[in-house]
Amino acid sequence: MIYEHSRVGRRAMAQAPSEKVEMAGIPDAMLRASQPPLPEVSEMQAVRHFTRLSQKNFSIDTQFYPLGSCTMKYNPRACNTLASLPGMLSRHPLAPDTHSQGFMACLYELQDILKIVTGMHAVSLTPAAGAQGEFAGVAMIRAYHDARGDKERSEILVPDAAHGTNPASAVMCGYKAREIPTGSDGDIDIEALKSALGPQTAGIMLTNPSTVGVFERRIKEIAELVHAAGGLLYYDGANLNAILGKVRPGDMGFDVIHMNLHKTFSTPHGGGGPGAGPVGVSKRLEPYLPIPMVDFDGNDYRWLTEQDRPDSIGRLSAFAGNAGVLIRAYIYARLLGREGMHRVSEYSTLNANYLLKRLMEAGFDAAYPERRASHEFILTLKKQAKELGVNTMDFAKRLLDYGVHAPTTYFPLLVPECLLVEPTETEAKEDLDRFVEIMQTIKQEAESQPEMVKQAPHTMPVRRLDDVRAARELDLAWKPGA
Amino acid sequence: MPFIPHTENDIKEMLATIGVDHIDALFDEIPSELRCGELDAIPPGMPEMEVSRLMQMRARADGQPLCFIGAGAYDHHIPAAVWELTTRGEFYTAYTPYQAEASQGTLQLLYEYQSMMTALTGMDVSNASLYDGASALAEAVLMAVRGNRKSKSKRILLPRNLHPTYRRVVHTIVRNQQIELVEVGYDRVTGSIDHAELERYSGEDFAALVIPQPNFFGILEAVDELTNWAHDNGMLAIAVVNPMAMAILRPAGEWGDLGADICCGEGQPLGAPVSSGGPYFGFLCSTDKLVRQMPGRIIGKTVDLDGKIGYALTLQAREQHIRRSKATSNICTNQGLMVTAATIHMTLMGGEGLQRVAAASHANTGKLTQALTSLPGVETVFKGAVFHEQVLRLPIEVTKALRALAAHNVLGGFDLSDDYPELGDAVLVCATELRNEDDIENYRGKLERVIQSQVQTPCQLKPDW
Ligand SMILES: Cc1ncc(COP(=O)(O)O)c(C=O)c1O
Repeated sequence: MIYEHSRVGRRAMAQAPSEKVEMAGIPDAMLRASQPPLPEVSEMQAVRHFTRLSQKNFSIDTQFYPLGSCTMKYNPRACNTLASLPGMLSRHPLAPDTHSQGFMACLYELQDILKIVTGMHAVSLTPAAGAQGEFAGVAMIRAYHDARGDKERSEILVPDAAHGTNPASAVMCGYKAREIPTGSDGDIDIEALKSALGPQTAGIMLTNPSTVGVFERRIKEIAELVHAAGGLLYYDGANLNAILGKVRPGDMGFDVIHMNLHKTFSTPHGGGGPGAGPVGVSKRLEPYLPIPMVDFDGNDYRWLTEQDRPDSIGRLSAFAGNAGVLIRAYIYARLLGREGMHRVSEYSTLNANYLLKRLMEAGFDAAYPERRASHEFILTLKKQAKELGVNTMDFAKRLLDYGVHAPTTYFPLLVPECLLVEPTETEAKEDLDRFVEIMQTIKQEAESQPEMVKQAPHTMPVRRLDDVRAARELDLAWKPGA
Repeated sequence: MPFIPHTENDIKEMLATIGVDHIDALFDEIPSELRCGELDAIPPGMPEMEVSRLMQMRARADGQPLCFIGAGAYDHHIPAAVWELTTRGEFYTAYTPYQAEASQGTLQLLYEYQSMMTALTGMDVSNASLYDGASALAEAVLMAVRGNRKSKSKRILLPRNLHPTYRRVVHTIVRNQQIELVEVGYDRVTGSIDHAELERYSGEDFAALVIPQPNFFGILEAVDELTNWAHDNGMLAIAVVNPMAMAILRPAGEWGDLGADICCGEGQPLGAPVSSGGPYFGFLCSTDKLVRQMPGRIIGKTVDLDGKIGYALTLQAREQHIRRSKATSNICTNQGLMVTAATIHMTLMGGEGLQRVAAASHANTGKLTQALTSLPGVETVFKGAVFHEQVLRLPIEVTKALRALAAHNVLGGFDLSDDYPELGDAVLVCATELRNEDDIENYRGKLERVIQSQVQTPCQLKPDW
């Protein structure tokens, strides 16, 4: 704990103004009685403390991180360096357009690039992450129905495999979320979909390739069914990495989509964020896009605001969303260019299918063995759990001991004992081969010394943590004197 | 290939293992009529040096004017060590700490962040961040509606002197849940919440009163009175604060007899550059009582199998990945890296450092006010005490004046005439600790010339803007 290094009167003296001036004109009763109890440490102590903390993390820069649905690919350093140029960092969000043309040019071109890769008619960059993009998308669906006086629509359909944000976003927009089951081949159960559709259907939220890692082959038919019922189609773009330059959500029949730039456009993940979740729409939803957006008249860039877009669902953040993340995505897109975008889907898919094949040869079960993997795939460790008593969580924890971040575990919920593995395009063949070897080794360990695997990890800064205690005896902040 | 390590030989071997001839065969489950062609409209890839040249040019194009705009984004000094450490790959390229044993760095740092935020705001608990200040307020409103057991209404009192964009964002985010936002006016003399108008709602059913400190005009509110009034009327008190102001002003947890129930705001002043409005982070703190209504990630301290201290995501039953449609919010990815910077920032500054920054910003805004109001016709609009912003009225059309200043590379403040037309030609100005006396004199001199020229030859200057 940083507070353990704290001593009264010790300060990182170089950091603040050299004197403390009076708070003139503010009544004493409004002022704080004592200094806020923040740590008092030297600059070196702080640097050492946080450097050491960082060393307790797994990260893409240090480990293979095949966390499914999250696209943990290499984050090019240039994106950070160039997004951090002084002119970029110092621009105030409310600076006039005359002092914003460089910044706005980047955003405008990014809007265009995203339109092209998704096949959508218009894009707004402002949502701060995927979930806020979902919120914006569903709010636009609602605005569309409302504008037509179609007010009885009360349900958003989501596959049972959907990410948790999908139903949660639907509810934030005042809808009920209704689940549609997935068939045994990984595609959505069309008959169940048909019986769920009706005049109450506002729309459906789909990920394609889906969260079970396969391409939804009957997407055209689904789009026709939903549209025939008067609903709209929402595309959760978390898996866009799989199809960049191969197939576009707009061409599949989607009316509204969000993208996760922290995934597909590698902006990084930052230990949990920030992300960016731009939304794209078909023509009929354009009036509802969240503001602000950037417009260009051939000479100047300018913001589109309430005046230009009176029917917009409105604003989602105080300024223009996670601008610095958008700039990183823009830089990434310019580095890759069009040929690079094709490569993203090609090599992420190559890596996933290669890894799946090798793991199957090594005796692991694919959840959908008949299907082609997209950029990710699901293993089910049902057999190992039943026969050896070593479950997915145990495998995941043991992987950490071998210096690999665990794939996503127990998601999607419908596949028992699942591992969702997403190697991404930036991993080399030898690293994939090494992962196969490690998985094989763990399988052998599970047979010969299951207790050891069940106790894993053994080499991390801590062993398995007591989550029950964490929730029951809540300790959420260090308090002075504790 | 940029960022892709595969050699020709690798590709051949991998395809052979899979049992296909070429990569495109891996996309054979996509119906062929859906396949798209080349992305011709996207420019070809560029090497790093060319992209670098482009970005240098774009960054330069925006000038780096001398800036006196605050209005929700404040230019403070950020110690060099903050972003040196924050951009370490182990922080920058990790994700949400799902595997606790391999994420103790992020988890402990977030626990330290929560500790520092509760220290600063005087609240019991903090979450691990939301997107930004405005969306954090929207979440606070939703939280109050869920958490106020006494209130049966879904009505919220929102003052008009709260940041106008925050009001719009709250509206966007909560409107589809039938929550009603009722606006409370401000006192035209002091600039603070109009207590007489508030009194009219006494005895009515509202879930919460939102109390900004300082408010959008930079004015300090009578937070004790407001908090007690809310509680006396069965409402929760939601504080929206500038965290830098919390270093020097009485913290939200100590407002009135019982303290605010929820405290949220924009974390940007704690280590995030103004950078075109983001990424920043929203913070959200509350009393212990409301912790189960909180949205977002929360980190708890616990022990491992050997009894060794460790940190983990906790109270996850509130969150979308467990509760799906019944979650307290849809948020998943938050603003982790910004919070990493904020934690390091608060550590390096300490309580004393933050107080010095707050006091210097307060003093500089005072100097700026004095300098500008020395010009004929420039006056302060409100009488109330301010933190580090001030509303000034100009003797000329404010929009034109700001445009003229910008042409001279001075961003003179935030134009209030759209959002508060009743104030006339009013501008909101801010001088943080980074604006020194030369900067202030520079602004004063230029404003003087702009006023003179506009008063003398109003039409002639128009086309140049
Ligand atoms: C399939 C899917 N949908 C939505 C999301 C939500 O995106 P975000 O975390 O950016 O809000 C995620 C990722 O976290 C995801 O994997």
